[in-house]
Amino acid sequence: MSFINYSSREINCKLVYYGPGLCGKTTNLQYIYNKTRPDAKGKMISLATETERTLFFDFLPLSLGEIRGFRTRFHLYTVPGQVFYDASRKLILKGVDGVCFVADSQMERMEANIESLENLRVNLQEQGYDLDKLPYVIQYNKRDLPNVVPVEELSEVLNPTKVPEFEAIATTGVGVFDTLKALAKQVLTELRKGG
Amino acid sequence: MLSPTAVMYEDEVRRIQEVADQLAVDSRARTILVVDKNGQLIAAAGNAHELDTTSLSSLVAGNVAATGGIAKLIEEEEFTGQFHEGKGISVHLSIVARRIILVVLFDKNTTHGLVRLRVRKAIEQLEKIFAEMAQRPQQPQVNVFAEITDADIDNLFND
Ligand SMILES: Nc1nc2c(ncn2[C@@H]2O[C@H](COP(=O)(O)OP(=O)(O)OP(=O)(O)O)[C@@H](O)[C@H]2O)c(=O)[nH]1
Ligand SMILES: [Mg+2]
Repeated sequence: MSFINYSSREINCKLVYYGPGLCGKTTNLQYIYNKTRPDAKGKMISLATETERTLFFDFLPLSLGEIRGFRTRFHLYTVPGQVFYDASRKLILKGVDGVCFVADSQMERMEANIESLENLRVNLQEQGYDLDKLPYVIQYNKRDLPNVVPVEELSEVLNPTKVPEFEAIATTGVGVFDTLKALAKQVLTELRKGG
Repeated sequence: MLSPTAVMYEDEVRRIQEVADQLAVDSRARTILVVDKNGQLIAAAGNAHELDTTSLSSLVAGNVAATGGIAKLIEEEEFTGQFHEGKGISVHLSIVARRIILVVLFDKNTTHGLVRLRVRKAIEQLEKIFAEMAQRPQQPQVNVFAEITDADIDNLFND
């Protein structure tokens, strides 16, 4: 739920990175954090296990600049991808304005991608959201690895509605900002409609 | 509507700010934060400027969401508040009008009893403000964002 504060002249929007365990959600946020000017970002918070798996969420506040005198702030969250953290994933989705689904391009993670996408749809529905009506982009991550599924095939299986899709290597940043921009743009466009 | 936009007007934020300021004085607490359940900061009082209020707001909201999830699992009504006692600073959280979290950080300069007492009064005032907000028409008179162009949006990313 975007939040417009006419007093501080700010718009706040919540973007959530979703996807199977180890697909690279946290790595996306870390890259964005590292490449953003200090004055445009807040602290990145990671609630993680001792082995660096996301336990509850990562949080990164970005402040992008002004539109029509309103400061636009994006709150980026990742969910924990491991299957058994489903209750936590549902909580993070509350109030979401836009979703980025990060898929792991590796052959052996195809099942996990499909399962996670299905899980996203169900968890959104539970809260009265419809993925097909929400600002939504897909990222095919880990394109640098040898055993990846061709993008056409990923797209056919994971992106039947043809939302904006991006190839990425989150560790080096390839495609990371393109993905974020496309999502942010959709969210702001939604705001224009008065959603 | 799928993803409604929450709108807050200047006089509403000002009234909430007044309650926070008054609570900071009356309770002799260090910091007051008024945060919405999605983790957005609405008002801050006391020495909030010394703190990373954005991070605090997000963590407080995450915490309340988690305990809310626990309440649901054990079929309990949502917990109305939480208290965390630290060596130097303690934290008192209350849920107001089901959608707002009132956070009070306090130290030895006051007591938990006094904080609780003053918080109760502040909650009443905040509930009144939020009830009135719920009554007013949802959409702003003019949607300032109706006018934004693709170029406006692109400009945000060009620096
Ligand atoms: N080779 C390669 N490795 C990647 C890429 N993106 C992420 N990784 C690695 O994959 C591992 C998991 O990345 P994370 O970002 O922690 O994954 P996550 O999606 O947050 O995982 P959970 O928190 O468990 O849901 C890390 O070792 C990353 O360095 C990529 O594009 N290429
Ligand atoms: Mg993670």
